[in-house]
Parts: sequence; structure tokens; C-alpha cells
Amino acid sequence: MSQEHLAVYEVFIRSSRGLDHKHVGSLHAESPEHALMYARDCYIRRSEGVSIWVVESKNITASQEGDIENFVDPMDDKPYRHATHYELPDSVNNM
Amino acid sequence: MNQQQSNLYRFLVGLGDDAVVLSHRLSEWCSNGPYLEEDIALSNIALDYIGRARMFYQYAVEVEGKGRTEDDIAYLRTEREYTNLLIHELPINDFAFTMVRQFFVDVFYCEYLEKLSQSNDERIAAIAAKAVKESRYHLKRSEPWIRQLSEGTDESRRRIQAALVELENFVGELFIMSDWEKELVAEGVAVDREVLQSGWDKYVQAFLAQSEINFPDSQLQIRGGRDGIHTEHLGHMLSEMQYMQRAYPGLQW
Amino acid sequence: MQTVDDAEQQVEFDRKIAEEQKIEPTDWMPDDYRKNLVRQMSQHAHSEVIGMQPEGNWITRAPTLRRKAVLLAKVQDEAGHGLYLYSATETLGTSRSEMIEALQTRKAKYASIFNYPTLTWADVGAIGWLVDGAAIVNQISLQRTSYGPYSRAMIRICKEESFHQRQGYEIMYSLAKGSPEQKQMAQDAMNRFWWPSLMMFGPHDSDSAHSGRSMKWKIKRQSNDDLRQKFIDQTVPQIEVLGLEMPDPEIKWNEERGHYDSGEIDWEEFYQVINGSGPCNHQRLKHHINAHEKGEWVREAVRAYRVKQQEKSAENAA
Repeated sequence: MSQEHLAVYEVFIRSSRGLDHKHVGSLHAESPEHALMYARDCYIRRSEGVSIWVVESKNITASQEGDIENFVDPMDDKPYRHATHYELPDSVNNM
Repeated sequence: MNQQQSNLYRFLVGLGDDAVVLSHRLSEWCSNGPYLEEDIALSNIALDYIGRARMFYQYAVEVEGKGRTEDDIAYLRTEREYTNLLIHELPINDFAFTMVRQFFVDVFYCEYLEKLSQSNDERIAAIAAKAVKESRYHLKRSEPWIRQLSEGTDESRRRIQAALVELENFVGELFIMSDWEKELVAEGVAVDREVLQSGWDKYVQAFLAQSEINFPDSQLQIRGGRDGIHTEHLGHMLSEMQYMQRAYPGLQW
Repeated sequence: MQTVDDAEQQVEFDRKIAEEQKIEPTDWMPDDYRKNLVRQMSQHAHSEVIGMQPEGNWITRAPTLRRKAVLLAKVQDEAGHGLYLYSATETLGTSRSEMIEALQTRKAKYASIFNYPTLTWADVGAIGWLVDGAAIVNQISLQRTSYGPYSRAMIRICKEESFHQRQGYEIMYSLAKGSPEQKQMAQDAMNRFWWPSLMMFGPHDSDSAHSGRSMKWKIKRQSNDDLRQKFIDQTVPQIEVLGLEMPDPEIKWNEERGHYDSGEIDWEEFYQVINGSGPCNHQRLKHHINAHEKGEWVREAVRAYRVKQQEKSAENAA
């Protein structure tokens, strides 16, 4: 296998003002600055975005599937965090 | 056309020719780039230049008023009738050559189009205002490329230097004005390119000096493009580009 | 910490597939599922990238400035789609350079349609219309594939792909309504690309080596023959609009089935081209290898520059 010359970057696009940046894919680039330009050429050719983030893939720490039950399951027993947990008189709408 | 219109027509066709010829060269990189991302990026630049060519030609045929189209201008003139500045028509050679040329014209267009966007011809001003944004982005890309290749490996540096030697003779022509273009400057339509030369030299020299690359100046001049005197390369490009229109005259595609 | 053995993982995986949940990169997955995905996705990526060549063959000869811009943008999109797919495949732990090496050493395949030459301008129209048309039928189905990154790449690609087919049909329409010479050009291009387009869906379901498992794992969502029929059904009326002769004399509406009947594909040709003996197999790979080798010093320079910069910033930090 030949050596990778370029680093892999993950690309996040904000599709319009007021929205979150959303992961759209990755690309190879020689520097963060280049990654940003390539993201422009590769991922928003049809004006799909107003803002771009790039981050080198190796700098992302991701949860593992095995961790998830320890992360998520303990959250499931706290229904009082959700609005639907509370019963209000019918006369109070839309709170 | 009166004299003024005929100057304007000539001016627009020249700018269109610059763009159409360079876009053709850049499009030759499609599927030949050093990696996929760069392939895509170069195609975008080629598309910017096709767009530019179409805008200039469309305006030119309106000025001419004979009912011709942008494609008549692009596809039905011979190499002696093409009036692009020569630097645009040179073959793509290697990636270093392509990027040095791009860097040179990007620096030029950033200044030139900025000034042209002040033209008192509103149509020209609008085209230039759109195009200068493209060129600013192109320069943002070509600069780091020149730096990386200059400072990368011995081979890449050698290739950059070879490209500089080959291209330096073709830079001067960017700044040569003919009398009819000067008339357009006097009318506030065109831009005096002569006065841009020293700024261009300074900018390019300073940029290359950061990578300890010497670029003497742009005084050497091979000229003739605006008068239809080209390198041998243009004829071949046009025979390929115009093949369909020549082989099947007068059809719609 | 609790460890879960493979059998339990397998059950969990099967449950997700059964429940139409997507599999994501960090999830456990059977080795064969991963291998199958890498094979199919990288083949798909290579097809996009090699697919740049036949149409790219006409970029410098496009007949008008508009057609030239459209074609360049289209071929550029193919590069972009290749990129999305390489990027999605990399999430499975295979690097792009490994994939490219597999392509160049013929270990990986690409769609054999791209081993046919583009001889006239009409071929550009025929490819956009028929080849992209066939690809879209396949890709729409793949938007529901079980692997998350593949599915997302397909959704993105399908969104962009519809312009490809429309521009191809527009070319064909202009030709078919043009001069007798142009109409003949369109007819000839369609005749040549019709059968290879049908071959794009792969062998009959009964002869397809990978189909069974891919369907079980919901990597593939519809069978080769079903997708091929769908393509024929949607394309025949489009041929009628063009006013061209059918490329296959056996094409006939079958009231009972509610589908068009059509003739049998020349499977000998199919296997011959797939196995490397099509008209352009060598040319396509050679082109790819040449471009790759020509770019080697560029990539090398980029890497050297990056290393130098890192050393510099390390020195500055020290």
C-alpha cells in the first residue's frame, strides 16, 4: 500500500443562516486551509451552504457502540426532563 | 458600427478570447489532476472562465448588432482572428506550469478586473465585478500551491523554476496597450493595463521571494495576441474546439 | 466492563437489519458484510471516476459554449460522486490509496459500460440519458441501503444526478429533431449504448454471484432483473418521444405483465467486457494510471511541504 500523502478531513456545512452545521462527508487535503477550499469546490458546487467547518478526522473522538448503552441507558429513567412528564390543567394550553 | 462601437466590440472579443482559451486549457485537466479534489477544483476554475467568455461574447454580438451569437464568435473565427493574449493559450504542460500561469493571471485579474468594475460602461462593470470575485478565489488557491511546490521537494522546486523561465516572456504582453484600447480608456470604458505592471512585478517578486525564488521582472515581451499573431499552439486548440461547427456547419446542437 | 461475544453482536446486527435501522461506521458488523460493502462501494466509486473519461473525451470538442460548460460541470460531478463514495468507503477502514491500487492492479472492477468508446457527440447525449438513467434507477434503490454512509452518499448523488440525465436527453432531443445527419447520429448512439446500458444492472438474478447475500443484508434493495425492467419501462416511451427506431426489435408492450418485453442480452459480450476485453478497458486504466503517476511528484511535494511545516511549528513550540 502506498503512503497517504494527504490528511483526511471531515466536512460540515451550514446550509443556511440559523441552522446547525451538518456533517456531509470527508475529503483529502494538505492543510486545513486547503481542506476548506476543497470543501467549497467539492461539497457546495450548487450553493448548498453559507458556512463550512473542516476538522481533521483523527481529531474527532467518537463514542463507540459498546459505550453507548452506558452513555444512553441511564438517561432513560429521567422522564422528568421531558415536558410531557408534567400534567397541567386543560385550560393552560401551549406551555 | 461607428469607430467607438467597433473599438468596444474588439475590446469585448479580446477579453472573451482570453477567457475561452484559458478555460479550454484548464478543462484539459479534467480526469488528469494529481488527485480528485484538485481535479474538481480546476474544473471549477475552467467553468468560471467559460462563464466569463460567454458574458463578454454575448455583449460583443449585441454591440455588433448583426444577429450573430456567442458561438459564432467562439467557433467560426480562425486563429488569425482570435485576439487573446498569448499567455492564455500555452499548453498546460505539467501541474507546476499550469499553477504558475494561473498565479500570474490571477494576480493580474485581481487588479485589472477590480479597476474594470469601475468602468462607465455598466455592462462591463457588472461582468468585471462578478469575475473579480472569482479571481480572488483563484488567487487564494494558486498562492499556496506556488508556495508548496516551491518549498516542497527538489523536483517540485525545479519544475516551478522551469515554468517561470518559460512563462516570463509571456507576462509583458498583459500590460501592452494598443491605440484603439487607449481610446477606450480615455472614454472611461477600458482600463490602462500599462500602469498595472509595476504593481504586478512588485507583488509577484515579493511573493516568490518568500520561498527564495527569484523572478527578475516582466520586461521581456513576446507580443502579438491582440493582433492575431499567436503561438503555434492556438491553431491546434481551435481545430479541436471548432471541429463540430466546422464539420457540420449551420446546425443547432 | 461487560464483553459481548460475536454471537451476541451478530444477533444485535441482524436485529438492526431486520428493523430497517442503518448500520453506522463504529458499529460491529460481520466481516463479510464489511467486505461486501467495500467491494460494492469502491466499485461504485471507481465507476464514477473511470466514467469521467468517455464523456471527458468530448469536453474539448463540445459544439457550443453552453454544451461545453454543461458537460464539464457534469464530468466534474462524476468526480465529486467518486469522492463522496471513496469518502463513504473510507469509513469502513479502507484508505483511498488502497482502493486506487486495487483499481489499477485490476483487483477491483468498475462498471463495464465505460469500456465502450464515445465516437460522436451524440454519444455524450446517449450516455447522459441512458447510462445515467440506468445508474439513477439503481441509485434510487440504493438510497435505502443498510449502511448509513453509503445511503447518505446515494441521497446526495441522486439529488445531483437528475440534471445529468436531463442534459443527456436534451442533447438527444436536439439531434433527433435536427437535420437528417443529426438524427442518424442520435439513432446510432442510442443503438450502441442501449445494450450496454441494460448490462449495467448486472447478470440475471439467477446468475448473480453476490446478489443473494447483498439482498439479505439489505445492501442491495431490489434485484438486477427488477431494476432492469423498471429502466426499460421508463425508457421506451422516451424513445418514442424522440421519434427514433427501437434499438431492439423485440421491444413490445405486454399487457398481461404490465411491462415491456425485450430481447435477450448478449451475455457473452457482457462477460468479455467485464473480464477486461472490451474495446477500451486498457485505454481507461492506462489513462487513470498515467494521470496518477503524473501527479505523484505533486502529492510528494505536498507531503514534503506538510512535514516541513510541522517541523517548523514543532521548533517554534520548543
